[in-house]
Amino acid sequence: MTIANLSSVQPGVLPARRIHWFKYASPNKFYDLTGRLIPWFAVAAALLTALGLYTGFFVAPTDFQQGDAYRIIFLHVPAAWMSMLIYIVMAFWAALGLIFNTRLSSMMATALAPTGAMFTFLALWTGALWGRPTWGAWWVWDARLTSELILLFLYVGFMALQASIDDPRRADRAGALIALVGVINVPVIYFSVRWWNTLHQGSSISLKSAPSMALTMLLGMLIMALAFWAYTIAVTLYRVRCIVLEREQHNVWVRELKELT
Amino acid sequence: MIWNNWSDFFAMGGYALYVWGSALVVALFMLGEVLLVRQRSQTIREQITLAKRRKSS
Repeated sequence: MTIANLSSVQPGVLPARRIHWFKYASPNKFYDLTGRLIPWFAVAAALLTALGLYTGFFVAPTDFQQGDAYRIIFLHVPAAWMSMLIYIVMAFWAALGLIFNTRLSSMMATALAPTGAMFTFLALWTGALWGRPTWGAWWVWDARLTSELILLFLYVGFMALQASIDDPRRADRAGALIALVGVINVPVIYFSVRWWNTLHQGSSISLKSAPSMALTMLLGMLIMALAFWAYTIAVTLYRVRCIVLEREQHNVWVRELKELT
Repeated sequence: MIWNNWSDFFAMGGYALYVWGSALVVALFMLGEVLLVRQRSQTIREQITLAKRRKSS
């Protein structure tokens, strides 16, 4: 359909299978939808965690170099992946909120930050507990570890800044700036093991070469990564629903919610 | 099953402190986060319900 045809379409007579992209940008539609989605992601997270831990702790063999200390990988790598991925998704929603001025996009960014910060902390924590037996040090100031620590500060800075501004829409915009500037750090973390000489081992998996680890080890790690995905989606949607209620509590649709009587 | 018995499993080949120290903290944080969000949800729900009752009475 050319532009000329498009403008000749009468108002109200939309093509039949048009996708309503902005339907769920309205907080009350979104609130309904997420209420129905959360249980599915929560159940998926529980099942995948059980399967992933079983694979990692009962099926995968002991590593010939690192012994059983390597089993930290089943928590460490998925947590580290999530810490970076959540930041990118957070920056994406923050940017949408900034560009389209959609309240809900900014609420998504706000809802993702605490979970992202948690996974960043957990990646650092499990990393320290893995570094001690394998490198002999809890912490070293190398590129991978330092850039991951900066990621934690970015999350904390984002949350602190938003908490310090009373007007939610101004807080959204200020937070979006931190989120967007800080997104530079994510590729730095990811490629740090290639760009600099570091103590941290290289990527565990690569799309270009065959996996360097036993199949069951890889499988356990990937299942745990999926479990953390499902967990993140469930808990973030749960949190964003709270934020929606907090910010929209004086609107009619919230007052008319049947579940709140 | 790759372990001979449960005490082998808990010993983690001598790395128990590191492996279980990781697992425990990850579990505590994830469960704790869910509880915190649940608390936040209950607080705002009660607040809205109270405001509604006050208005209707």
